[in-house]
Amino acid sequence: MKHYFIAIIASVIFLTSCKKDNATIDNSAAELSLEFDNIVGDKNLQLNTGVYTNAAGEAFSVSTLQYFISNVKLKKTDGTEYTVPQDSSYFLVDEGKKASQSVKLQVPQGDYTSLSFVVGVDSLRSTMDIGKRTGVLDPSGAGDHGVYWGWNSGYIFFKLEGQSPAAPLDGSGNRYFRYHIGGFGGYSAPTINNLRTVTLDLAPAGIPQVRKDKETNIHVMADVLKMFGNISNISIAANSTVMFSPFSTNVSRNYAGMFRHDHTEN
Amino acid sequence: MISKKKIISALLLISLYACSKEVASMYTGFQQPDNFPAPSYRLADNGITEGGFMLGRKLFYEPLLSKDNSVSCGSCHIQSAAFTHHGHDISHGINDRQGSRNAQPIMNLAWESTFMWDGGVPDLDLQPIVPITSHVEMGETMENVLNKLRAHKDYPSLFKKAFGKQEITTATTMKALSQFMLMCISSQSKYDSVMRKEGAAFSEQERTGYAVFQQKCGSCHKEPLFTDNSFRNNGLPAGPNNDEGRYSVTLDPADRYRFKVPGLRNLAYTAPYMHDGRLRTLDAVLTHYSEEVRPAPTLDVELLRNDKPGIPLSEAERSGLLAFLQTLNDKKFITDKRLSEQ
Repeated sequence: MKHYFIAIIASVIFLTSCKKDNATIDNSAAELSLEFDNIVGDKNLQLNTGVYTNAAGEAFSVSTLQYFISNVKLKKTDGTEYTVPQDSSYFLVDEGKKASQSVKLQVPQGDYTSLSFVVGVDSLRSTMDIGKRTGVLDPSGAGDHGVYWGWNSGYIFFKLEGQSPAAPLDGSGNRYFRYHIGGFGGYSAPTINNLRTVTLDLAPAGIPQVRKDKETNIHVMADVLKMFGNISNISIAANSTVMFSPFSTNVSRNYAGMFRHDHTEN
Repeated sequence: MISKKKIISALLLISLYACSKEVASMYTGFQQPDNFPAPSYRLADNGITEGGFMLGRKLFYEPLLSKDNSVSCGSCHIQSAAFTHHGHDISHGINDRQGSRNAQPIMNLAWESTFMWDGGVPDLDLQPIVPITSHVEMGETMENVLNKLRAHKDYPSLFKKAFGKQEITTATTMKALSQFMLMCISSQSKYDSVMRKEGAAFSEQERTGYAVFQQKCGSCHKEPLFTDNSFRNNGLPAGPNNDEGRYSVTLDPADRYRFKVPGLRNLAYTAPYMHDGRLRTLDAVLTHYSEEVRPAPTLDVELLRNDKPGIPLSEAERSGLLAFLQTLNDKKFITDKRLSEQ
């Protein structure tokens, strides 16, 4: 009889504690990180030392890979959407800087089914008062990272540089390729727009369950090979340097498809 | 009895006091000329203060802004040449590296909506980054500039005076430079005096020239700033470097070889002319418009109103125009001590 009573008490406690646990999933903020893992096909990207082959059959190595991630949005299983506040939603992922590849966010607790972000810096922020452009958007810092154009004011959204035997020989005996892709649509006159929005369905590779007191991680693979061959093939021999030109839209269309959700660490 | 010494020192004190008073009263704040439109610059986001203006002026003449500390903004924007690089078709930066375009005047920039010959910079606060980081101009990184200023004995306190904080950032550095440049207002020419009815009157020839100007030039060189801030192909054949001007910014084929319509104030001090400084005299400029306009797919329609491309000008019209253009010179502007290196 006594045992029976204890069992009842225990299960009541157990049930209430369960209930209580459920009740704690309110909208308060918890940590979520987005990890940008840069790869080249089935290989991990290794700056300078790794040699890879693109869709056009050209061998290449990579010395610099940088891209802006901004305007991060997440959708919950119940369909509600959370937009990371503008002021804390600009990140420069740099293969040369390990810490930059993990984007730390504070988002409401919940289960998320989809992640979207912009590769680049939107037109509003690109034309905002210089006083509101701090951190990675500071034209000084961005300029010294080589991701800001002064002469045609704006950010370089995506930058890939390296060497390839397919690139033309330059005056100093090197064969470099350079892709500097930017263009937010123009300030006073319309021009090319290379802002690309990427949306990733998180369900197939694991729904992130964001909770207090732990860090959930969405692991995204970014495949450099996709920049060379996705919607169209980019050949280093034919286009070893692509900067502010109409052709650049082919490059941004390709790299918009380089991001894939690999797994989630809950 | 008061000693001679005492009198002298008293006089000295008085004169020193007068001097310091004069320096202080030199700062007048941003003064909107009566005959000018409302400024384009967002003054509300960067209110001009005496501290900000003085810091901006010091930065403008500061060679630390260049890689080898040899070149300041004022090196190629010389006040006596209305802040252009007088006599230079194109300018030379550090290590005598050559640029590709003629230095534009720092003048009435509060009324400009885009900067540079191609309009690639939409905001005055972003403009100085271009020459500072261009390898043919000052060749420096912004981060280095900020670090040099932070390590300097005077700048931290000057920034504090200007912006309330000793911290030196990209934004405060650029805004201080803007404050100085915004104060470079040229509105004291004879033309302005006539327009504001301050007593001056055009001569007969100037009046004739003004009428020709209004009829044949004023649609692009819109008064009172003498530019409509548009970009046009004025029929100059492409130079050896095939500078395509505005096209490089918009990638719109209609913008090929279009350049910003320059203002016409202070032409007496700003030779040579055109985006690459290829025309050395105003006479050559008028000959270009009357005789040498080259047809091109993007040639401005205003130059296609007659049988042949260009603007026909009689001898009398030419001399009238030249006389009128001289009324746009502003001696007070190019000698204004407030704008000089201190």
